[in-house]
Amino acid sequence: MLSRVANSIYWLGRYLERAENYARFIDVNFNLMLDLPPGMKAQWEPLILATGDLELYSKTHEDFDRRSVIHFMTLDKSNPNSILSTVTYARENARIIRENLSKETWEKINELYHVLNQTTERKIWDKKDPRSFFEHIKHSTQLLYGLADSTVARTEGWYFRTLGMYLERADKTSRILDVKYHMLLPTPQEVGSPLDFLHWTALLKSVSAFNTYRRMYGIIDAGGVLEFLIFNRQFPRSVYFCLKEAEDCLHMISDSKTHEFKNGAEKELGALRSKLAFSDINDIINGGLHESIDEIQQKINIISTEIQLNFFQIRQTPFTQNQQ
Amino acid sequence: MDLSNYQCTGLYDEMFQEDGSCRPHYRPFEKLLIKTHPKKLKQLQFSANKTQLAMGMTFNVYHNEEGLEKILHLDIIPRIIPNTEWLQLEAGLKQRINALNHFIQDIYNDQNILNDGIVPRDLIENSKDFLKPCMGVTPPKGIWCHITGTDLIRDKNGEYFVLEDNLRCPSGVSYMLESREIIKKAFPNVLNKSGVMPVSNYPARLLEMLQHLSDKEKPVVGVLTPGIYNSAYYEHSYLALQMGAELVTGEDLIVKDKKVYMQTTKGFEPIDVIYRRIDDTFLDPLVFNPDSMLGVTGIFEAFKAGNIALANAPGTGVADDKAVYAYVPDIIKYYLNEEPILKNVPTYLCRRPEERQYVLDHIEELVVKETNAAGGYGMLIGPKATPEEHEKFRKLITDNPSNYIAQPTLSLSTVPTLIEDTVECRHVDLRPYILYGDQIDVVPGALSRVALKKGSLVVNSSQGGGSKDTWVLY
Repeated sequence: MLSRVANSIYWLGRYLERAENYARFIDVNFNLMLDLPPGMKAQWEPLILATGDLELYSKTHEDFDRRSVIHFMTLDKSNPNSILSTVTYARENARIIRENLSKETWEKINELYHVLNQTTERKIWDKKDPRSFFEHIKHSTQLLYGLADSTVARTEGWYFRTLGMYLERADKTSRILDVKYHMLLPTPQEVGSPLDFLHWTALLKSVSAFNTYRRMYGIIDAGGVLEFLIFNRQFPRSVYFCLKEAEDCLHMISDSKTHEFKNGAEKELGALRSKLAFSDINDIINGGLHESIDEIQQKINIISTEIQLNFFQIRQTPFTQNQQ
Repeated sequence: MDLSNYQCTGLYDEMFQEDGSCRPHYRPFEKLLIKTHPKKLKQLQFSANKTQLAMGMTFNVYHNEEGLEKILHLDIIPRIIPNTEWLQLEAGLKQRINALNHFIQDIYNDQNILNDGIVPRDLIENSKDFLKPCMGVTPPKGIWCHITGTDLIRDKNGEYFVLEDNLRCPSGVSYMLESREIIKKAFPNVLNKSGVMPVSNYPARLLEMLQHLSDKEKPVVGVLTPGIYNSAYYEHSYLALQMGAELVTGEDLIVKDKKVYMQTTKGFEPIDVIYRRIDDTFLDPLVFNPDSMLGVTGIFEAFKAGNIALANAPGTGVADDKAVYAYVPDIIKYYLNEEPILKNVPTYLCRRPEERQYVLDHIEELVVKETNAAGGYGMLIGPKATPEEHEKFRKLITDNPSNYIAQPTLSLSTVPTLIEDTVECRHVDLRPYILYGDQIDVVPGALSRVALKKGSLVVNSSQGGGSKDTWVLY
């Protein structure tokens, strides 16, 4: 597969997943705010903190009111991570590699783009409850995954897109946890209180994990939710699960054995995945929730850079491998 | 739909005869049109537009920030061509391409036609499209113009004239193919009843033709595109997709020891045939434009060494220069010893003093064109222009006569077109596509371009034209 094409497919996977997760971010807060006791101020700042876009946001905004935050994360063209921006990039990448997509996949991405491009804030807000809009974004990306699942051959391209999707998802699940970290409880004594419980519930719902969690863990507490979303081996949005899948994709791409590595990307990803495999929730709590999450995110960035270097970058000194 | 008000006096209409009766080959469609409510037609038109947008069947408009992507409006009423008429066209196009290919081979090698004085030497050697680096080159299988999209028009007697031979990178074939798919959905029954020849195997034929250019058993074929900002990007990716070929840009390719390779995630892999959709002079910064970021350094050497086939071969542009166009009938006679089947539009070459004088004297009746401009730019339509514009072109011609030709304004044929909820006549041209591989193949269909503005003769997509599905009947 052409390096440039692999690059585009990988980013297509990442951007689509990013769009979906931003819809999830907003959803988590909405659910939360609806359950707040009367008189308590809604908090929208945590979303901006967790996405890592505080600096950009502060350039144009002073307050973290609901409307500004949602606009920034949804339709703001100057925010490269807004849903509109990421869907536009996803579609741009899809255009570049259209010959590698099934007709249905392309048309759905294109459609999603046109819907978003023609959406105005009014269209979202006039319904008062904008959640149906975010629902639409989530459903559209899920539909795309479903289409890809049943129409795309499991060749290199498939693994690059899946790799991008899982890396992005690992990063975003960790950031959703971070939302909770930034979400201030009125007093430290409230840990374990009904309000705390509501926070964790909302968080689970935002990653469509509430029912699964209930069945597997029963009681809702911080330790359980953290373990579930970081270490669980079976849940498809847990950080561990995503990293394991991403690692498998890399091995499929470079045709290397599972417990070995052929390139820097496999090395870094393998190291992070096994570190998580041999850690538990106590390690996270001892290291500090925010700090541990931050470390995971930084490692994911390193992995991404390695992927770039190993597969996509035009080599300055050609003919070093696979010489004819 | 009531067709009784349809008016097109004094012009050749594709559907209706002078006396207002429908031409026989259009009858099944006329029946359908009459019994379809205008509202229903409007609806079909609306969903056709929507499908185009959903498919991403768009072209980019340069220098236009907002709404960068536009759809080429597809009018749902087809243009229909009866079989006998088509056979004549087909024979004429094959003859023309055959002769032009001989011509290009000759001028880059023996130059017999120049030595014999049939075509003036300076006309060729001073043309900016005459590529000196191609001297002495014979491309694989001796074919230069693999893909041609010839523009034809019909005068008021219904006779076909060749307007232009597009031998470089003619575009629009994807619209021909996708339009058929859309129209199939709009008028499934009448399409079947009329007996329309299929066009859908064009990509397969194109691939076969490209593979024919290599001696390898399974040659690797790529489509070379300038990238997503090019106006025809949709077409490039569409063709690559339909052929199962690689879509490559210049940065994906590298030349080593006069062989061309693609940069892949697993290293460098050879490529054998390239359908290039970038202009000659951008192809190789070593030989042509040194500033080109689109091309591939060293690819021309690889081409000369016979290690890569390029379609169309570099240098073909010299033969579709508007000044050379005037000599095509002579070119056909010279190489094939045959009378041209398809006529040229009478052309005045401003480089010839007596013809120039005629042009200067009659500029308000003529269409003046720059010899190597395209897309409807750099031209003057005499009867529609102001005296100031006439004067401006007179000066341009006097200053640089070789740069201009002129032709009488022909009244292009018209075709019924859906405008809001009525059917009106609009001017139309015809661009069939010709493939030259182990034989010359004309696809039974075409891109018909329609001037949507009332009375306008300009059909170019960049100038507000639309298109039509073109049915060639069995």
